[in-house]
Amino acid sequence: MSVVPFSIRDRGSYLWFLIPGALLLLAVILVPFGMNIGISFTEWSGAGEPEWIGLDNYTRLMGDGTFWASFRHNVGLVVAMAVLPTLAGLVIAAALFDFVGKHFGSRHASILRACIYLPQVLPIAVAGIVWSWILAPQDGALNEVLRAVGLDSLAQNWLGDPDLALWSVMGVMLWIQVGYPVVIFMAGMQRVDPSLHEAAELDGASWWGRFYHVTVPQIRPEIFVVLLTCTIAALKVFAPIYVLTRGGPGGSTNVPSYYSFQNFFEKTQVGYGAAIATVLTVLILVLTTVFLRVQNRGDHR
Amino acid sequence: MKRHAVLWSMIVLAVVMLVPFFLVALNAVKTPEEYSTGGPLDLPGGISLDGIVAFWERVDFGEKLLNSVVISGSVAVLAVVVSVFNAYALGIGRVKGRLWILVVFLIANTLPQEALVYPLYFLANQVGLYDTKLAVIIIFTVIQAAFGTYLLTSTLGGFPRELLEAARIDGANKWQTLVRIVVPISKPTLGVLFVFFFIWTWNEFFLPLVLLISNENQTVPVALGVLQGQRMMDATMTSASALLGVIPAIVFFLIFQRALTRGITAGAVK
Repeated sequence: MSVVPFSIRDRGSYLWFLIPGALLLLAVILVPFGMNIGISFTEWSGAGEPEWIGLDNYTRLMGDGTFWASFRHNVGLVVAMAVLPTLAGLVIAAALFDFVGKHFGSRHASILRACIYLPQVLPIAVAGIVWSWILAPQDGALNEVLRAVGLDSLAQNWLGDPDLALWSVMGVMLWIQVGYPVVIFMAGMQRVDPSLHEAAELDGASWWGRFYHVTVPQIRPEIFVVLLTCTIAALKVFAPIYVLTRGGPGGSTNVPSYYSFQNFFEKTQVGYGAAIATVLTVLILVLTTVFLRVQNRGDHR
Repeated sequence: MKRHAVLWSMIVLAVVMLVPFFLVALNAVKTPEEYSTGGPLDLPGGISLDGIVAFWERVDFGEKLLNSVVISGSVAVLAVVVSVFNAYALGIGRVKGRLWILVVFLIANTLPQEALVYPLYFLANQVGLYDTKLAVIIIFTVIQAAFGTYLLTSTLGGFPRELLEAARIDGANKWQTLVRIVVPISKPTLGVLFVFFFIWTWNEFFLPLVLLISNENQTVPVALGVLQGQRMMDATMTSASALLGVIPAIVFFLIFQRALTRGITAGAVK
């Protein structure tokens, strides 16, 4: 009896199921993205005919100090949103998993995990509102706490001082982000075979030794995913900048995503805004590709 | 000793993470007078709902909540449906070139919204959908479904072939197989996707900010964010607004926790 395998039998007729999704994707993502690239080669105020100017927007970007500064600020946000949360997340997850979970019960561990994760469920704009009020210069809660404990000199205009604003935003982002790696890493640690830890313990490895040589290498896939997704999130960051500082003071917290928004809707330099958005996209796609390549190479070794 | 030191440092960390929530709740129930005399750290004399009521009325918060529920709920339902269709073709139907199709969906999910926003704004204007909930619903259906397709395709790729084969022998066509076999069995995963899509859409800010310009269409985060930008509120009203933004998120968090565990355990028992 020759039964045609299910998967090869009239594969074509499954294509019908792709049509709604494909049409929507075309209308909402692919065509608009193509248009954005097209617009980036024009000078356009959003009304009237766009004027084709070739690569002028991109050459202008090369010499635009505001643009480069916005990328430097973004590096700070990558540190605050991807690098530090990953490092802190590893230590916190291991502490919760190895100490709290094993000796005081997994219930305690998951309650603590929930507390640390909570900022993640807030709309990021709402988190920004909470913090802009805490960091307010006059009657903000942080300055009030500092004054209450006699550290008046440490009270600052956290978001209004150009030297401090980016650091303040970074602190807020760290608070928002740290719960995400903790949850992912704790899930990953459940996957690690306990006998690996027992073997290391028999060999006389300390807790740090086991953490470094067993836990971290075992949850490498999770670390990769967290670093990749958090770095992309940091490059796209918009809402907290909009709510906390509007890119100020004096452009000290401007980021590419906010800069393109300004060009689109405030300065009505749509072509220039589109060029910024295109560069940002290319950067994100290149980063994603590199990350995935490196991860694949690690897996095949 | 060491165990307790670790436990205590984790408790301290958890408390530090919760302090902002606590401060918001504390000040949202103060009167403006209490706030101006005692500052943000004093305990309130009683529970005053004036700030919350004033803010609620000022922005018509009930309307904003309804907008958010309508938009997020529609997106979650539609995006799950679209994801299922796509993943059925890719994961079970294994149509030709599925790897490349998946790459396109993945890229669609990775693209920054900045690179779509102006064309979407322009196109929405052209077709008369600018400043309508429908425009936002359609856009986020596609964005969420791009991720859903990616995730569901790998789940459905491992769908038991015997069940599909049995359905075919019983005379079910593809549509019947999808509705009667694939969807019921994948329900736990679909439930988790629904919750994710709902919360993610609820939290979105950038595209709704650009596309929902009029008051009666705005979502909760946009209404709060725009008002915050104007900086016209007193401190108690600001913390009241923050509290009203925080509460739905915490409610979802509780539901989300349950849905997630249910999804994971259901997957494990299977």
